[in-house]
Amino acid sequence: MDALSWGSILIRIATQLTPVWIGLVVIFALSITYKRKLGLYGKLFDSTIGMIGFALVMFWVLVGVMGGPFDMLVTHDPLSQISGMKNKLPGTPMRSAAEGEYAYFLLGGDNLARDVFSRLIKGAWVVVQIAPIATLFAFMVGITLGLPAGYYGGRLDTLLSFLANLILAFPVILLFYLLVTPEIVLTGIPNYMALFLFVFPLVFMAILLNSRLYTRPTVRTPVLVVVLGIMGWLYLSLVSTDGYVVATPSYGIPGLPNALDLFNIDPGILVVFVSVVFVNSPTVYRIVRGLAMDIKTRDYVAAAQTRGEGPWYIMLWEILPNARGPLIVDFCLRIGYTTILLGTLGFFGLGLESESPDWGSTINAGRRLLALYPHAAIAPAMALLTLVLGLNLLADGLREESLRD
Amino acid sequence: MGLFILRRLGVMLLTALCLTFIVFWLTNLYPNLEKLAKTQGNFRMSDEAVTSYLENRGYLQPMPVKFGQWLGVVPGWITEKKDGTTMGRCFTADTPITERKRFCGVLQGDWGQSTVFKDDVSNIVSTRLGLTGKLMFMVMIVMVPMALLLGVLAGMREGSKTDRSLSTLSIASTATPEYVSGVIFIAVFTSSAFGLKWFKGSATSAMESITFENFTLPVLTISLYGMGYIARMTRASMTEVMTAQYIRTARLKGVSFPNIVLKHALRNALIAPFTVIMLQFPWLLNGVVIVETLFNYKGFGWLLVQAASNNDIELLLSVSVVSVVVVLVTQLISDIGYVYLNPRIRIS
Repeated sequence: MDALSWGSILIRIATQLTPVWIGLVVIFALSITYKRKLGLYGKLFDSTIGMIGFALVMFWVLVGVMGGPFDMLVTHDPLSQISGMKNKLPGTPMRSAAEGEYAYFLLGGDNLARDVFSRLIKGAWVVVQIAPIATLFAFMVGITLGLPAGYYGGRLDTLLSFLANLILAFPVILLFYLLVTPEIVLTGIPNYMALFLFVFPLVFMAILLNSRLYTRPTVRTPVLVVVLGIMGWLYLSLVSTDGYVVATPSYGIPGLPNALDLFNIDPGILVVFVSVVFVNSPTVYRIVRGLAMDIKTRDYVAAAQTRGEGPWYIMLWEILPNARGPLIVDFCLRIGYTTILLGTLGFFGLGLESESPDWGSTINAGRRLLALYPHAAIAPAMALLTLVLGLNLLADGLREESLRD
Repeated sequence: MGLFILRRLGVMLLTALCLTFIVFWLTNLYPNLEKLAKTQGNFRMSDEAVTSYLENRGYLQPMPVKFGQWLGVVPGWITEKKDGTTMGRCFTADTPITERKRFCGVLQGDWGQSTVFKDDVSNIVSTRLGLTGKLMFMVMIVMVPMALLLGVLAGMREGSKTDRSLSTLSIASTATPEYVSGVIFIAVFTSSAFGLKWFKGSATSAMESITFENFTLPVLTISLYGMGYIARMTRASMTEVMTAQYIRTARLKGVSFPNIVLKHALRNALIAPFTVIMLQFPWLLNGVVIVETLFNYKGFGWLLVQAASNNDIELLLSVSVVSVVVVLVTQLISDIGYVYLNPRIRIS
């Protein structure tokens, strides 16, 4: 068999991604039909830039979800090495393709003779999984600390702002090099940080519901018990591995027993996750604090104060909803930034295993042979570029549309 | 103003102290020390050998004592070995007893020894900083004018075609981290696959002599990521200025459009980007680490990677002190400069 030409490579990739195209068309058709009823999300479809951004983001989300847990789209196993395919150019046919096996390496092979195309798709799942959740956690931390700092001001504000500036003054890469090493994982510090940082969504939900419902204890108590019960279970499953919350060679703090543990997080992933949340939350804190300081001077806040509402009610039900515009925009931008950070970690070979298909690690592996075989590094580089570009364009579109009214 | 600067300097000092203590604490955790002992001694050391190695070199003292010794406020450690020889933090075996100092730390101007490079930390750091200084200088020369031009052109007429395309361009540039643009640049301009061998993919030779061929790509790679952000800030501030009353007055008086932009708008529009440019320094530091690794330019960023991956404690501490000071000083300058440039803001 001959190697494929660039045209037929593109056609084959496009056919391979058919489910993604179908998904994109369905999402766009539905959204454009009902765009007047969908609020800010619907307005996004009035701006070209926003639509392009949304399409790029949804493309990678669909690729990640379909390629990851559902195992569609991929042509080969992303980890298996196939003899004779080392550093082969895009479109190279396999030497002896078995029956039912895909006969080509669409984007070539890397220096360990693995299929670049399949690794690209599996790598999308790593990003799609970690980046939004880590950003969400960073927002929970930033909002829970930033609202009181901006609303109360004073000592609390000084202390929290000092701590935030402390973290922000650290060069990110130095922090990663200090935190994301196997030695630090051994000391259990990431577990302590996970214990601390992941508790914020619980605190946030508890205050949010309590401040709204505390006048009706008959409703509040069952709601709080159910919500906090579920979230507490998830929290404990998240932080405990093999029955321990913190497990170092010398001591361990017991956590949720294995029978109740819903999922186990790989310690390598956990430390990456924790450090990304840790790096992002001070910036979110500063944004929320600034917004809170601005909004607390408005009349509706004064009205709520006169009504005798509690401070947390005002913060979470008066200030926060009115700060949502800038926060949503920043959320999109921050997912992009988190993606870049994840790539940086991979690029320096920190945290994730070296055979992990995530884009940063693949770029790191491919850059050594860049002068001779650039395809192995360029494919993930372009993928990362388009995803982050999509998120930034989406944020720009959202900003434009939310400023319009 | 004097009090403001004094207070800022105090906070700065406190921040730097806290940060160095965090770095000190993280690098002095036992698993890290064990790794250090094994890389310095040999990899098959028994646990007892590791302990005695660390014990002899003063690594197992309490954390505040060690930090005090590094700072130079606590006398350096002295160990008497079983065979009668003594080892100390402040002297080597062949220093005469009368010349041995009690204190040696940062306050005495002694930044310690690097365990990897076997040299004085202050020597290594100053050489590497010089190399990175060259890189940063070139980046500033390329990045700032390009970003300002882009921003002013885009913000001049809000909503025009130029504005839209230049804004999209700057969004694209902020979406391209250094390791992506660097990889693409190297692949396109240096690899045999594209056949365009215009530049060199490695900047190692630029450490001795900078040429257009070996320095363009690293400089371009760093500038590209920071450029978009400054351009967007400039654009935002430019559009704001262009809607101001005095611009309208100038227009109604019949001043030509280029004159309005250059003589009336530009000066006021450049206040905000000034702060942003200063605050870009810490960000550039990240870019420098990535680019120096990618292009194999042995500067400060490369040193950071070497120090961190080998757990070279004293080198890493100096590297973090330098980078933290850079970050804090630029923040201070940007605050002071902002007050000077913008008379509407007064600090009480």
